[in-house]
Amino acid sequence: MIQEKTIIAPAHISKTNTPVIEIKELYKSFGNNEVLKGVTFSVNKGENLVVLGKSGSGKSIAIKCLVGLVVADKGEINVFGTDITKIDTNELNEIRVRIGFLFQNAALYDSMSVRENLGFTLKRHAKDLSAEEVENQIKEVLESVGLSEVIDKMPSELSGGMRKRIGLARTLILKPEIVLYDEPTTGLDTITSREISELLLEIQKKNKTSSIIITHDMACAKHTADRLVILKDGVIHAEGTYKELEKSDDEWVRSFFI
Amino acid sequence: MNNIVIAKKESIIIYLKETFNDVGNITLFSIRFFKEVIRSPYEIKEFIKQCYVIGYKSLPLVTITGFIMGLVLTLQSRPTLAKFGAESWLPSMVALSLIREIAPVITALICAGKVSSGIGAELGSMKVTEQIDAMEVSAINPYKYLVVTRVLATTLMIPLLVIYADGIGIIGGYVGINIHSDVNLYRYLSQVLESITFLDIFPATLKTFFFGFFIGMIGCYKGFNAVNGTESVGKAANSAVVTASLTIFIIDMLAVQITDLFF
Ligand SMILES: Nc1ncnc2c1ncn2[C@@H]1O[C@H](COP(=O)(O)OP(=O)(O)OP(=O)(O)O)[C@@H](O)[C@H]1O
Ligand SMILES: [Mg+2]
Repeated sequence: MIQEKTIIAPAHISKTNTPVIEIKELYKSFGNNEVLKGVTFSVNKGENLVVLGKSGSGKSIAIKCLVGLVVADKGEINVFGTDITKIDTNELNEIRVRIGFLFQNAALYDSMSVRENLGFTLKRHAKDLSAEEVENQIKEVLESVGLSEVIDKMPSELSGGMRKRIGLARTLILKPEIVLYDEPTTGLDTITSREISELLLEIQKKNKTSSIIITHDMACAKHTADRLVILKDGVIHAEGTYKELEKSDDEWVRSFFI
Repeated sequence: MNNIVIAKKESIIIYLKETFNDVGNITLFSIRFFKEVIRSPYEIKEFIKQCYVIGYKSLPLVTITGFIMGLVLTLQSRPTLAKFGAESWLPSMVALSLIREIAPVITALICAGKVSSGIGAELGSMKVTEQIDAMEVSAINPYKYLVVTRVLATTLMIPLLVIYADGIGIIGGYVGINIHSDVNLYRYLSQVLESITFLDIFPATLKTFFFGFFIGMIGCYKGFNAVNGTESVGKAANSAVVTASLTIFIIDMLAVQITDLFF
């Protein structure tokens, strides 16, 4: 599915200005370690937002708050117009099925084969699907990440890059409206990284998804970002398009782009 | 000198605090089980898989230990009974000790070592590699899928394993008797069956359900509460064994007291 050398431009056209995610004044600390100190940002429908920041700056924590994996200390988190800090688990789960989450380390289920990993969520959320339809969807999503041949393998038999792509497939199988990618290209070679970046754009275009992409990979950021935010000292330090931030007056911000 | 005493005192206080914390948390964790077990959807497939892993895969271990229990118990009791000229009571005595106490406790301890630590390590590694989080964000209740199935499986399988160990132990006893004298199997078994009453079997079996429940529950609790980092997986497995073993002894003591009171 991933064609080499075809570079798909960011889908500027499909973007609107209605935010699907709005985070306001988010605080989170672990003991004395204040990680988030009033983070505010939003993601518009159809937009790819790239989040940059040094290691340990709280990027992963921020998106974990967004799906209720980590409970924020203070602040508002609106997803699809609902403040997820004020709802119960059932309501939260209704929102969670509309969000895909790619973990930094893929988090594949070790005890299950690739097929079972992908089918696990699908079978539980699309109960009216026949076994055949489930199988078809699994094959389809595997094909879209270019790994049809590993369907019967166990996660332990896969390479790091393959695991990441299977993780991506598992994230996408429910056709989420929002996708949160935690470092989708870290630890991959440049060619695979590029393929994944293109895949992200393709998904954004095809399914009209909105996404948050956490990355240290500036090539990926340049390729996929409609807009970027940089997290520093627990707050959003800078925000803008790639071109804007690249020419920022702030030396610290510019240092990301070298 | 004084410093050491103070340090010791403090470490004891910390230890006690942790223990009470654990007791409270395990209680809360267990209460959740009863809420979740009745609610659909039921993870039948995973439950059956766990029964297989926990029950069937423990059979070789339980067979060996059960046989040795019966054999050794017979060989050890024989001289004492012989002193009183009560050798003919040997089969009844072995059967009663096995069924009432030795088979349940030893089998449960073996399973604490094998099953509880296995569950602790498995769920612990799922926790630190974010697999449990992954279930949660895909709106699947990990407690239901992982904990309820495993605890149900241990609660059901440990009693079955104990009953199996009873049987194997009695056969071990037969072999033990035949090392020194020649008793035929039919006579041995009829002597065993004559001496066992319902009141020997019922409380002994009842307590094994509790053993099973806590073996599963403590393994799951320790796994679910592993903090990040791979070394905590080992810790989870290790403390699952320790806590489960201790719990088995405490339940056993309570069970004996209660049985004394009512029967
Ligand atoms: N469960 C936790 N308990 C205590 N502290 C935590 C926990 N999870 C994260 N932290 C702390 O929160 C801070 C931010 O962590 P986070 O994982 O969000 O960083 P990050 O920006 O994603 O870094 P990286 O780029 O390395 O992934 C770190 O200082 C970390 O020590
Ligand atoms: Mg991170």
